[in-house]
Amino acid sequence: MKVYIRSSACISAQNTFGNQPFFQDVVEYTGTRLTTIEPDYKQYIDPKQIRRMSHVIKMGVATAKECLIQGDAEMPGAIITGTAFGCMEDTVTFLTRIIEFQEEMLPPTSFIQSTHNTVAAQIALMLQCHSYNNTFVHKGVSFESALFDAIMLLKEQEADNILVGGTEEMVDTSFKVLTRLGLYKRFPVSNLDLYKTETKGTIGGEGAAFFLLTDKTSHENLAELNGIKTLYKPVDIEASISNFLKENSTDIDDIDLVISGQNGDINYDLPYKKLASTLFKNAAIANYKHLCGEYPTSSAFGLWLAANIIKRGEVPEAVALYKTGTLSPKKILFYNHYQNKYHSLMLVSAI
Amino acid sequence: MSTDRTVYIAGLGVISAIGNNVTEHLEAFKNGHAGMGDITMMDTIHSGKLPVAEVKLSNNELIALTGLTEHNSRTALLSLAAAREALNDAAITNLENLRVGMVSANTVGGMDRSEEFFVEFLKDNNKGKLKNVYDHECGSMTESVADKLGITDFMTTISTACSSSANAIFYGARLIKNDVLDVVIAGGADALTKFTLNGFNTLMILDDAFCKPFDENRKGLNLGEGAGYVVLVSGKVASMLHKPMYCALSGYNNSNDAFHQTASSPDGTGSFMAMQGALKMSGLKPSDISYINLHGTGTPNNDSAEGTAIKRLFDPVYPPMSSTKSFTGHTLGASGGVEAVFSALAIKHKIIYPNLRFETRMNELPFEPEKEFLTNQPVEHVMSNSFGFGGNCTSLIFSAV
Repeated sequence: MKVYIRSSACISAQNTFGNQPFFQDVVEYTGTRLTTIEPDYKQYIDPKQIRRMSHVIKMGVATAKECLIQGDAEMPGAIITGTAFGCMEDTVTFLTRIIEFQEEMLPPTSFIQSTHNTVAAQIALMLQCHSYNNTFVHKGVSFESALFDAIMLLKEQEADNILVGGTEEMVDTSFKVLTRLGLYKRFPVSNLDLYKTETKGTIGGEGAAFFLLTDKTSHENLAELNGIKTLYKPVDIEASISNFLKENSTDIDDIDLVISGQNGDINYDLPYKKLASTLFKNAAIANYKHLCGEYPTSSAFGLWLAANIIKRGEVPEAVALYKTGTLSPKKILFYNHYQNKYHSLMLVSAI
Repeated sequence: MSTDRTVYIAGLGVISAIGNNVTEHLEAFKNGHAGMGDITMMDTIHSGKLPVAEVKLSNNELIALTGLTEHNSRTALLSLAAAREALNDAAITNLENLRVGMVSANTVGGMDRSEEFFVEFLKDNNKGKLKNVYDHECGSMTESVADKLGITDFMTTISTACSSSANAIFYGARLIKNDVLDVVIAGGADALTKFTLNGFNTLMILDDAFCKPFDENRKGLNLGEGAGYVVLVSGKVASMLHKPMYCALSGYNNSNDAFHQTASSPDGTGSFMAMQGALKMSGLKPSDISYINLHGTGTPNNDSAEGTAIKRLFDPVYPPMSSTKSFTGHTLGASGGVEAVFSALAIKHKIIYPNLRFETRMNELPFEPEKEFLTNQPVEHVMSNSFGFGGNCTSLIFSAV
């Protein structure tokens, strides 16, 4: 059985949502945090509900709906989301009130909307979708876990048209805490110079990307998703990637483009740099985190990029090509790691 | 290659307010000992007003038991205690030659530690011990436990509110059926936190007395804490183990109520679909079910919706049923795991658990839960219900082998 990406939608720090030119103009930010470009949510959500919704819920629901529109599907066969931090805005609001109001007279709304499954639940509620509904919350492989579940559901013939997405919001509190934990650079940097600074830390980001997966062929499908694998603290990543390619009957020379998860942190970029001179030494390599920032489900942005590069048959200049490769890739290997603990691989090819 | 696609349960582990391991739980059920009492482990204004079901071990005692550190969330401590018991119970000797994974669940990650961090952080954003917030994520709970158990092949975490660990268990079973793994430790954990206690309190669904699930005069739930894990194995692994399996996971279904973010639909649409779907998958009829371990939180809304869905599906013949939350309180993300352990024990020991404090049958229902601890029962197939916020409804069916 083959797994196809029928359609996709993405909200990010770039102009990626809706029918827009493919990275014609790259948005430049200077700082250590990229925020998303907001679509007109009124087109997707009842204005009365918009007011009550946190950023991640709005992003998730709008992206899911746009993905269904793009895929010409009304009702998905399952809804699966991935998020590491869940609904941070509502969580922080409720936690703050518990402390400031000393546990008295608390309004329930932020608690109700703080559960990690809120985005998947709100999508189900809006669509009146009673089908399988799941939410994965495993750090840097939350989205990959959701995607893996979706592929298994297709293989089990349990559902078709599976809506699967990764969402993450960055609020001031999480940005501050993660900065103190040393995730981000200590000085402002232009996202376009992210890979040039040779310093510790990266830039934070957020976003939402959804996909409709099907096993049905159609000339409108964006791409085929050949395989996905997650690895925890791999001992030899080069061997793991070779095995993954072998499992998918693919040779590294068949790969037209590698999308790599470099994030500009001098330490965390080491595995990518090593691969660029070994396994990937003849491959064209693209980066994406200067466009969307680093966050635990940025791989959803990466998959969106891969699927759209294949469908459009062009590699935008914006993705910072290391080496000149073929201009119209037919097979893309995506490789990302989150804090060198969780590594993930995805293989995407033309239909 | 074995053609047996059945997924078996080879080991059990549980910790809750009524016991720190499987043996203590069986004893508490036999004696009818509920775990609720005054709040002793948290500093909250609700102490002495709202009963909760606390695990009777302090963080320090749990640290001594598990070998984790004071920086770990109580959720991770509870999780490791139960997961390790389950793995030891399974007694799989050649784990290193098998593909082993962990699928765990929880609802608020390391919130107990984050609450401590936040007090200082709110006064000054440069204050607050970072070690207390470092493991805030839900996935960190799973990771800490998997690291201690030496599991690296596969791990993930699910969070679908109160159905979280039921979903974790059947996701684990699917990983085995799809030949991704041979052995999966699956279940979930949640510790009591001020966040959840206050959250449920704002929804006005906490009973200020001990909860009375499925009673006409029920007033709400009591929060509990704990962890429950099962060790799922493939048919091939089961045949290598020199011990009987507890049971098989014969059916499961995840459906969404799609009615309201927190409330259940009056006719229990999601619950009905989950139970019906699980029955269909297992190839069983409603009359084949020997016992239903109810979600049975004790809130007016849940028990009414769940009861209505059971009526629609089972009428006119009802199997014995009970809510073990009348013993353990509602352990949220742990409840599906905790109650899966109880379901497997019901099959092994041929027992049915009482629904404590039940007095008056609900007006809208033609049935009522079991009040006595029953032994020597023909327990062949157990249905376990777990329903949560966001309309997430999951039913599991465990069958004797």
